[in-house]
Formats: sequence, C-alpha cells, structure tokens
Amino acid sequence: MTPPLQAARLVLSRDLKLAFRKSGQVIQPLVFFAIVTTLFPLGISPQLSQLRDVAPGALWVAALLSSLLALEFLFRDDAHDGTLEQYALSGQSLMWLLLAKTAAHWLLTGLPLAVMGPLAALALGAPVAAVPAVVESVTIGSIALSLIGSIGAALTLGVRRSGALQSMLTLPFSMPVLIFGARATELAIKGENYSAPLYLLGAMAVLGITLAPLAAAAAVRVSLE
Amino acid sequence: MDWTWFHRLASPPYIYGLARRLVPWFAWPSALLIVAASVWGLGIAPADYQQGDGFRIIYVHAPTAWLSLLVYVTMGVAAGVGLIWRMKVAHALAASAAPIGASFTLCALITGSIWGGPMWGTYWEWDPRITFELLQLFLYLGYMALRASIDDTQRADRTSAVLAVVGVVNVPIVHFSVIWWNSLHQAPSVMKLGQWAMPVSMYGPMFVMLGGFTLLFLALTLTRLQAEVLARERAASWIRDAVGTNLKAVNT
Amino acid sequence: MKDLKDFFDMGGYAVFVWSAYGLTFLVIGLNIYWARRLLARSREDAKKRLIMRGGEQ
Repeated sequence: MTPPLQAARLVLSRDLKLAFRKSGQVIQPLVFFAIVTTLFPLGISPQLSQLRDVAPGALWVAALLSSLLALEFLFRDDAHDGTLEQYALSGQSLMWLLLAKTAAHWLLTGLPLAVMGPLAALALGAPVAAVPAVVESVTIGSIALSLIGSIGAALTLGVRRSGALQSMLTLPFSMPVLIFGARATELAIKGENYSAPLYLLGAMAVLGITLAPLAAAAAVRVSLE
Repeated sequence: MDWTWFHRLASPPYIYGLARRLVPWFAWPSALLIVAASVWGLGIAPADYQQGDGFRIIYVHAPTAWLSLLVYVTMGVAAGVGLIWRMKVAHALAASAAPIGASFTLCALITGSIWGGPMWGTYWEWDPRITFELLQLFLYLGYMALRASIDDTQRADRTSAVLAVVGVVNVPIVHFSVIWWNSLHQAPSVMKLGQWAMPVSMYGPMFVMLGGFTLLFLALTLTRLQAEVLARERAASWIRDAVGTNLKAVNT
Repeated sequence: MKDLKDFFDMGGYAVFVWSAYGLTFLVIGLNIYWARRLLARSREDAKKRLIMRGGEQ
C-alpha cells in the first residue's frame, strides 16, 4: 500500500490541480477580503490617522471572515462526488489525507491572504515598517485558521446550507487567532517588539496541525456513517 | 476490575430507573443547601471591607460560573465516552446537560456584569476571562445548534460529540485566564498561593452554595436524561413497565 | 424594623444584589420547570405511542 506521506502528497497535488481549473473559487475570498477592508474607511473615517488605530482589528476581522468564506469549498466538492468517502474507505490514514487537503486549501487561500494583507494594512494607514509583521502574522495565523476551520467544515458535512452553522462553530475557536494576530499587528504599527503574540500564533498553528486533522477525520467518519 | 457496573449504565432501562430514583436524593438536599447558603451569604456573613454588602453577589455569581464549566466538562466526558464506547446513554447525557450549562453560563455573565458595574466601574469589559466565558456560551449554543440541524439521532449524537470534545479545551483557558493575564477580572479569590484568601466566615456560604448548585445540576440533568432516554427508545418493551398504559397512574 | 430595612438596602447596593440573586433564582426555577415539563411530555408521548401500537403485545 502507498505510504501515507506519498498518498498525502498525491491528494495535495490533486487538489491544487483541480483548484486551478476552478480559479473563481479561489479568487472570490480574496476579492471579499478586499471589499471588507474597504468597508472600514467607508464606515469609520477616510482619515488614515484614525484608521491606523483600528487597522489591526479591521485587517484581522476581514481575514477571518474571508477565510471562513473560503472554507466552504474545502470539503464540499469531494463530499458531493463521493471522493471523501473513498478516502475514508481507502485504508489510508484519513488524518493525513485531510491534512493534505487542508494544506492545499491554505496554499490557495491563506497564502494569498498573507500577500494581500500588507496591502490592506497599508491602505488602512499602517506604516511600511509594519509590513513584515503583517506578513508573518497572517501567514502563521491563516494556517491556524485553515486547520480550525477544517473541523467546522467536517462537522457540518451532512447539513444542507450549513454556511451560518459552520461559521457559528468555527468563529469561537478562531477568536484566539484574531486576538493575537491583531495584537502582533498593533505592536508592529507602534514599532514595538511583536514576537510574543507571534509565538502564540505559532503555538496555535502547531496545535492545529497536530490535533485538527484528528478531530476532522473523526467528524468526517461520523458524517459518512 | 469488575466493569459490569459500567456496562449496566449503558442500558437505557437501567439508567432510566436509576435516574428516576436518584433525582429526589439530589433535588431536596440541593434546595436545602442553596437556601441555607443564601441566608448565610445574604444575612449572616460579614460585609466586605471594600465592597460592603455588594460583594454578596459572589455567592451567586461564582457558583453559576462554576456550573458553566462543570457542565461542559461533564458534557465533554459523556460525549467522549459515547464516541469511544458507542453508548447511546452517554450521548443522551451530553444532550441533557447542554441547555442547563448554557443557561447558567448566561447567568454567570449577567450576574458578573451586574457585579462589575458598581464595583469595578464597568458593566462589560473584554478582559480574557469574561471573553472566554462568552466563548463558552457560544460553544454550548453551537453544540445545541449542530444537534438540532441533523435529523438522524445517531449522527447528531456523534457529530455534536466531536464538537463537545474539541470544545473542552476552552474550560482550562477560562479557569487559568485570570492567572495568565493580569486584567480586570479578579485574581482567584478562593485560593491564592495555597492560602485561603477569604476569612472562614466569608467562604463558608460559598462552599455550601457550590455544593447546592452541583447537586442541582445533577438533579436537573438526571431529570432531562430520563426524558432523553424515553424519547430515544421509541418502541422498546421496557417502556411499558416504566411508563404504564394505565392512564390513571400519572405520577412523574 | 430598621434592621430589616438595612438588610434590604444591602449597604446601598440593593439594586445590584437583589437583581443578581433574583436572576439566578429565576434561572434555577426555569431550569427546574423546563426539565420537569420535558420529562412529563416525554412520558405522555411514550404512553401515546404505546397505546397507538395496541397496548399489550
């Protein structure tokens, strides 16, 4: 039988290939992110000096929501056409396969977010010096968000129109990521050392990598019963 | 070790009968303890040096917060047992506990807010413990919403059980948040550095109230558990003996 | 009587203390009520199901 790592790699490349055919699916959350970011200056004030104060929070709320939106397509297609079932029945470790799917999903949604994040931060008045912090925190934070989100997505597999329910389940667990991501951005904007919240984000990402696939696999198996 | 007692617990008729018999044993002592603690806390315990009589709110606020966490742990453990050993009864227990936990979490948040207003000058603050307790409420609501959204009982059980188990991680966070972060919510008031932080006359009512609330939780959960078990065992023959077709015998 | 008035006054914190205790007892009471009602309903439903299925089987 194929060793788990190789099977995981196959699933990863499959998901990436499929995603390139359905590029709309990948671009939508990013456009959503841009639009939400724009809402803040419209709703609060166009003055950069005022926006700078809310920039960390606004940036991260937008990132959180767009990541939530993107999670809808993590398992959806594979659940519909029975591929997920095949994964579960294949005798391979479902945990590894789901980790691979989540990794592919992150490459398609989280990583682009880490690229767009600095642009959004600058647009909201953050100084250029804060850009590395934004890139680092969004990269790590989005890993954690994708993993946490995979649990919520797996739990709501069998539920029709599960968008709101999935958000309701995922957001509470995503709150710590928001807290520390915003904190890191805030410290960076002030020019202070932001390593503490960054480490905590890293810890959450690591926790996610180890535990989320376990929970997601359990949830997927239950949904497929 | 003889595990028959454990497997016997998995039997719906056994659990139904056991719960039925146990409820009064928890309910009445709980009422007694809660009333006694209230009288003690409101009337007899001395007023606080700084907060005056206002501190007495702690005698209801702390036990509701305690319950909000205890119930979730019970739910999580029951859900875990149900997942691992595939015990319907364990899932029924988790389902029974959830609404109770949610209501007491909300109560803890509101009583905390009422206490915070005059004492610390603010009715709400996004300090870590309060925020994570609010998260706890969302976890309960999410659990109940997930359950409600899946029609098949067994799938609903198992899916929500995964959520319950994952959510247990928030309980230690709420508990330790006052130690990890220095902010508005007061540091642990019962024990600090291994010594009692309150004089005996003040923490007496607290422990009695905690005991009363815990017994109350048991009584409430076992009552709901009976209802859950009945609802799940649609056509089982033991129901006839438990409920009786004699319409005259209506005693709950 | 002055003592009783002082008791209700709660050192000036009457509104807060009594609303907190009141809410808590309300929550306790509602929980008891809902739990008992749920059980009574379940028992009735179970009885109805038995009767519909034809009683003795």
